[in-house]
Amino acid sequence: MNLSKILKNTFLVILLSMVVSACATKKTATKIDSQIQGDVYTGTDTVEYLAKGVPDRVFFATNESILTTMSRDTLRKQAAWLRENPSVNVVLEGHADERGTREYNLALGERRANAAKDYLMTYGVSADRISVISYGKERPVDSGSNPLSWSKNRRSVTVKAN
Amino acid sequence: MKKFKLILNSILILFISISNSYSLVEVDITRGNLNPLPIAVSPLFQDNNSNTFFEKELEIKDIGSEISKVIENNLKQSGLFNPLSKDAFLQKPDIAHLKPRFEDWALIKSQALITGKVTAANEKLKVEFRLWDVLAGREMLALAFTTVPSNWRRVGHIITDKVYQRLTGEKGYFDTRIIYVSEEGPKTQRIKKLAIMDQDGFNTKYLTLGNELVLTPRFNPTNQMVTYLSYFRNLPRVYLLDIETGMQEVVGDFPGMTFAPRFSPDGKKIIMSFAKDGNSDIYTMDIENRIVERITNHPSIDTSPSYSPDGKFITFNSDRSGYQQIYVMKSDGSNVKRISFGKGLYGTPVWSPRGDLIAFTKLHKGKFYIGVMRVDGKGERLLTENYYQEAPSWAPNGRVLIFYRETKSNDKGEGFTAKLWSIDLTGYNERMVNTETDASDPSWSSLLSN
Repeated sequence: MNLSKILKNTFLVILLSMVVSACATKKTATKIDSQIQGDVYTGTDTVEYLAKGVPDRVFFATNESILTTMSRDTLRKQAAWLRENPSVNVVLEGHADERGTREYNLALGERRANAAKDYLMTYGVSADRISVISYGKERPVDSGSNPLSWSKNRRSVTVKAN
Repeated sequence: MKKFKLILNSILILFISISNSYSLVEVDITRGNLNPLPIAVSPLFQDNNSNTFFEKELEIKDIGSEISKVIENNLKQSGLFNPLSKDAFLQKPDIAHLKPRFEDWALIKSQALITGKVTAANEKLKVEFRLWDVLAGREMLALAFTTVPSNWRRVGHIITDKVYQRLTGEKGYFDTRIIYVSEEGPKTQRIKKLAIMDQDGFNTKYLTLGNELVLTPRFNPTNQMVTYLSYFRNLPRVYLLDIETGMQEVVGDFPGMTFAPRFSPDGKKIIMSFAKDGNSDIYTMDIENRIVERITNHPSIDTSPSYSPDGKFITFNSDRSGYQQIYVMKSDGSNVKRISFGKGLYGTPVWSPRGDLIAFTKLHKGKFYIGVMRVDGKGERLLTENYYQEAPSWAPNGRVLIFYRETKSNDKGEGFTAKLWSIDLTGYNERMVNTETDASDPSWSSLLSN
């Protein structure tokens, strides 16, 4: 009798602690989720603006150079702004996070910046106004070693060249 | 660009005698060595006149003792030897050099003994040394070197190489240098300079000033030239640096980024990646006539090329399968074969100077490994696991690898370090290599003298 009571209580305690810990995990998960979707940074912490409403950067998933819906939206805004300001030239700076080998990351940064360049060109910005440079993992914007920091660093930044 | 001179004084080696008699002392370096060979390094002795001369010349007291410390440290770092404490030595250095009392050395459990003598001869440094087999009670090796006094550390390295070779049967790697990237400052604004030092961390010299980002320096086969990536004027290009004259020139002046350079084994070509329109391929450039050849032509990233020592093959890194993997091809770009098939991503392949292995970086489940595999991809062995490490470079005898390791930062970016580490091919003897600053991208030279 006593034993089964103890067991029952223990079970309840375990069950309770599981519920509590599940809540805790869910809470932190949603906090990160609000800034990362599918491994891509969606926050605005590091974002600067070329003009009002024209974000200067797009973000990528680990090892990827595919533009997300949000990135394409940002780049269309950049393209529209560049068409309105035909005297402005830009440099696209491609970056990688610190979790890769240096040489591969240089190539990956170049690939990311070119993905952005291609999209700008599709929306009417001529190639001779855009140059591309890769910094690989050499110039992180966030120096933390955690998934959120890394997601901010996987980026292509459009910088005014003149 | 400021000129830097590194005096590569050649060392005149005078041969006295080499006795290759049967000996009882032997070191097996093919297995992890848990019982390093006890060895006594008796301080090299000198007469009073020589002592006075070197003290004035080098501002070092007792140069003989200092040279013996260089040897001792090298032997200890190799992990194969256990240099015994000098406090236990019973015999004086000068007497021991003439004829050791082997019973005394056996008593302190020494199996091998190094003795020597330093003299000033025509303002030069003359060093004689002998290696003795304590158990067999006989001389194993005797040599003498003459050089300029400022080269005294190199004499210590050359003696270590001779001792290592005599006792292991393999060439040493002590009279060598490491070129690397010196790092300072916060992660987001890291200042990087090319630096060169002796293999044991001494004689550091900085070859660039830190005004532009520099990465991945590599020696040519004669150690006089270095190829590396520089962001000079914000144009990432492959450069060539003559260490002795300090002359630098761009060699990868393509309409886009050139990176990941290495010399061909004959030193005549530089192989590198060229990135254009989001695609990186491998090219070679003949240094003399500047003829460029395209080696790979694939819409994936092809990078980190490294020649086999006979120059017939190239190993490289490609993500043509979807992820970073290691490939081998003929040096003309034909016959491309993937060789890495384990779980995870593979990068930075580098061919062993012995030709039989390829060292690499592996990334799997958030950990980084330095490993080796045979050139057909079989026999993969992971030597070390860590939070972040990459870019192995081989010691010239193919027995040791040097690489760099970074530590994790906290959320504020604090706690970040980058250091050079070395590990034996056996997976034993993992050690941090001393550098004045944080360091990355090490490249090991070949032997400066033979």
